[in-house]
Amino acid sequence: MTIGLSHYLSVAAILFTLGIFGIFLNRRNVIIILMSIELILLAVNINLVAFSSFMGDIVGQVYALIVLTVAAAEAAIGLAILVAFFRNRGSIAVEDINLMKG
Amino acid sequence: MIINAIFFYLFAGITVASAVMVIAARNPVHSVLFLILAFVNAAGLFVLLGAEFLAMILIVVYVGAVAVLFLFVVMMLDVDFAELRQGVLNYLPIGALIGAILLAELLLVVGGWALAPGGGHAATVPANVSNTQALGLVLYTRYVYFFEAAGVILLVAMIGAIVMTLQHKPDVRRQNIAEQVARRRASAVELVNVKPGQGLS
Repeated sequence: MTIGLSHYLSVAAILFTLGIFGIFLNRRNVIIILMSIELILLAVNINLVAFSSFMGDIVGQVYALIVLTVAAAEAAIGLAILVAFFRNRGSIAVEDINLMKG
Repeated sequence: MIINAIFFYLFAGITVASAVMVIAARNPVHSVLFLILAFVNAAGLFVLLGAEFLAMILIVVYVGAVAVLFLFVVMMLDVDFAELRQGVLNYLPIGALIGAILLAELLLVVGGWALAPGGGHAATVPANVSNTQALGLVLYTRYVYFFEAAGVILLVAMIGAIVMTLQHKPDVRRQNIAEQVARRRASAVELVNVKPGQGLS
């Protein structure tokens, strides 16, 4: 009943897949897509920390910290784009976002 | 050891279940709340792995900041989410197919994978220091440029978010500090010599 590295990697793989699946399932709703990206980055973080812990190497946690920073910045920028888009269009349906023109 | 396994399955199970609910919930507010639950349980997994500092950072940054940001945006935008849910099932077959292929591939990789014996270490964890101290020992010395880069990324994100969402309404009167400071007596005050019996026109 020992919990090994592959247990954590399996959890991370399932989370990653759920994130990808969420992007496909909710293609119209940008907010859910952003949350799915957060899930994907969480899966990456679990992988990094699991390897760091089982190999006795602290650098994995440094990388996980950087990924966490980038994920937070991405969420802030994504939501800012979402708010600006909603002000212009009055809708957040992704299928309408196929023009680069304002 | 059995306690460890029980808690691993508890945290992992709740994390995966709430991740399913994030993408399946009808109401986006519920999605955000399930995202918070997923992050809290992932923090539990981090504690089990011995990365206490990252677990606490995950709770502070995600539950405290990012999830609340999501909650603000979901509640601030007046969006008809029921209308956005239409046509969800159109993408279900292709999404399920790609997800199943991806999961099978990832699990194959995880199953058929082994650590190379005597693999190189970038920085081994020093004995008899706590996780936070061990992280700080490398983060502020060998990886200080990463740390600085993370700060720059956050600064750029902050400025970008402010620039994108700040809007100047034309009909709102604002202070113009430079104009106010540059104002002189000559342009502001006019002395009028009023004759007796005459008013000011």
